[in-house]
Amino acid sequence: MNVLVRIKRFDPEKDKKPYWADYRVEAEPIERLLDILNIIKWTMDGSLTYRRSCAHGVCGSDAMRINGRNRLACKVLMRDVGDKVTIEPMLGFPVMKDLVVDMEAFFDKYKSVKPYLITYDSEPGTERLQSPEERARYDEGTKCILCGACTGSCPSVWGNPDWVGPASIVNAHRFIFDSRDEGGAERLGILGKRDGVWRCRTIFNCTDACPRGIPVTDLIEQVKRAIVYNDTTGN
Amino acid sequence: MYFKFDVVIVGSGGAGLMAAMQLPNASVAVLSKVYPTRSHTGAAQGGVAAALGNQEEDHWKWHMYDTVKGGDYLVDQPAAEILTREAIDAVYELEHRGLPFNRTADGRIDQRRFGGHTRNYGEAPVRRSCYAADRTGHMILQTMYQNAIKNQVRFFNEYLVLDLLLNDGQACGVVAMEIRSGEIHTFHAKAVLFATGGYGRAWRVTSNAFACTGDGMAIAYRRGIPLQDMEMYQFHPTGIYKVGVLLSEAARGEGGKLLNGKGEYFMERYMPTLKDLAPRDIVSRCIIQEVKDGNGVDGKDYVYLDVRHLGAKVIAEKLPDITDFARNYLGVEPITEPVPIQPTAHYAMGGIPTDVDARVVIDPQWTPMPGFYAAGEVACVSVHGANRLGTNSLVDLIVFGRRAGKHMAKFIAENDHAPLPDEPEAYSRELVSNLTSSTGGESAYRVRSALQNEMDDKVFVERSDQGLRHALDTLDGLQETFKRIQLQDKGKKFNTELTEAIELGFLLDCSEATIHGALARTESRGAHFRLDYQKRDDVNWLKHTLAYKGSKAHDVRLDYKDVLMVEDPIFKPKERKY
Repeated sequence: MNVLVRIKRFDPEKDKKPYWADYRVEAEPIERLLDILNIIKWTMDGSLTYRRSCAHGVCGSDAMRINGRNRLACKVLMRDVGDKVTIEPMLGFPVMKDLVVDMEAFFDKYKSVKPYLITYDSEPGTERLQSPEERARYDEGTKCILCGACTGSCPSVWGNPDWVGPASIVNAHRFIFDSRDEGGAERLGILGKRDGVWRCRTIFNCTDACPRGIPVTDLIEQVKRAIVYNDTTGN
Repeated sequence: MYFKFDVVIVGSGGAGLMAAMQLPNASVAVLSKVYPTRSHTGAAQGGVAAALGNQEEDHWKWHMYDTVKGGDYLVDQPAAEILTREAIDAVYELEHRGLPFNRTADGRIDQRRFGGHTRNYGEAPVRRSCYAADRTGHMILQTMYQNAIKNQVRFFNEYLVLDLLLNDGQACGVVAMEIRSGEIHTFHAKAVLFATGGYGRAWRVTSNAFACTGDGMAIAYRRGIPLQDMEMYQFHPTGIYKVGVLLSEAARGEGGKLLNGKGEYFMERYMPTLKDLAPRDIVSRCIIQEVKDGNGVDGKDYVYLDVRHLGAKVIAEKLPDITDFARNYLGVEPITEPVPIQPTAHYAMGGIPTDVDARVVIDPQWTPMPGFYAAGEVACVSVHGANRLGTNSLVDLIVFGRRAGKHMAKFIAENDHAPLPDEPEAYSRELVSNLTSSTGGESAYRVRSALQNEMDDKVFVERSDQGLRHALDTLDGLQETFKRIQLQDKGKKFNTELTEAIELGFLLDCSEATIHGALARTESRGAHFRLDYQKRDDVNWLKHTLAYKGSKAHDVRLDYKDVLMVEDPIFKPKERKY
């Protein structure tokens, strides 16, 4: 198939503002959009800039706005985008060059919710026990690859860049509902503040954008309920 | 800019972060050319082996036996003992740090079967692999990164390391390019750890990330440090056909089987005891043999991985990611259809030679280079010998990453910073300016494609004298062509055309050492199979290869080092049957 690939380009060393560039590429229907970006970079314009690493949807490098929706370029197949595709950097992030956005603030927000196991008891000689049901309680959040697709799709983030955003809440959820963790109240305190969960307007863009199939909005609602009912058992 | 730290760790995968965890009181910098959570540890699927015995009786000594035999006796046995004994404690450490393992009904860490892992010295498969669905590596990486945040480790994200700084035979730092700005920086340190991973991108069909370009190996090699056993490269049997993306051995651990074009489950014919759970080198050769015998699907070069009989529930609960890969990249539904697979370039058993404290050793006499450490896939301890068992890579990361960190803690307490060499950045600046100023008109893409095609053709599962000599000539030419690569992007900021070209240079060097080792080793052992020397030759070849860089592809110098054994007769080399 012959595809028209339209990419929003910006080189901070040359351009005053972003512009659209068009490329015509021969593609196989089962090729990934990332493969097509590589063809453009390697054979047409070496200056095209984007991040990529694992190329199969587990490292989270290549989240970008593809035909208006945040997707990983390595998980989108050409047969699913048709013969015309528009690619932009994710919204809600400062653009550094072409499709590369600045992720520093995103990771700072992630760090702000204490995304690590907090325990106060001494460690047992072997593993801590956890039933399969307790383990299942926080399973969804453990799938997160921190690609930023959810956060970059959220109108509440676009409107208020200081907001902690969906990815951080997903990662807080992963620990709040872990039966081994003792930091739940601390995290609920952080997320109960002005820039915590309450700026979520349940728009569901995040759930649509997540390449890992995490029900992001649902997890955010669970955290809201935990704050309201002061209950982290998740019942 | 100039930075000074006690320890500089290059690479933010499992080994690098595990080492960083051991240094709470030191000033530590972790340099990564990606964001830490993008590291390739995150792609590991099936599990991490440890003889916890949560599901059935198990012992570290059985694990050690499997590791030594799986490595076709090229394993250094004292290192394998440390690996398997300390695996148990290291897995508990991961659990204590928060890793969400799957659980047994009574709340303990769940374990499953994996290739080459047996009970009672080869009797039958054993449940030894501790796992978190089929994203165990992802969970290790996330857990370690979370702990690094907790411990306030200082990260330098998107810094590409270009050079290792040595002074009078001692490591004293690295030089790195900040990708975001294009600036070159010097990192002065008492101890340097390379945890930079493998070089699977030397092949076209590979499970490896774009980032896996052998940076650490090539940088050490350029500085006169040998690379060990580079001919020992693993081709994983079940890569997605043509794409190379891995379908975890966990699929076979849970009961999946390989199926040929005639509808026959062929592994039972080759390996009657372990069948589909034989080690990877063997299974990959069996697939190639089936294809040669005309048993590929539709006469082509692939066979099937069949998990249909496991049922939708097991597939959804235990193999969700690989099911997703098959659906997404092949349009195949594993619950109802078999999945087309072929061997894919996967893992370097070889690398920078180290001792069991992860100290880099630079000659057959095991002389350590003070201040220089390596751990994980970049290193060769050697616990994997000629073929690594599934799940042992994650064990390697956590056990030897931890040992590296502990030893460095001691080293930095006892030593001061060695002075930097004169003009520490000169080599790196020249490396970059040669590429940015070249007007030779060549493209990195053409050189990389030629390398990958040659490696796929001549340095794959089966090798021969003629093919390897051809590969060496090709490589010689490509190293010349490399000098004529001309970039279109002349900018400094986020110039990924430049970083890709630098990485290609690393791949060429790693490939060079691989081909030389393979050409010289006139026997078949583990992953190294020679069509012209099909038998293992313990009299002449029970030894490690050390490759030292010369001025061009044909000038590499080879030396050899003894394999270390323990006294126990159970570990004596014998014929490898499963």
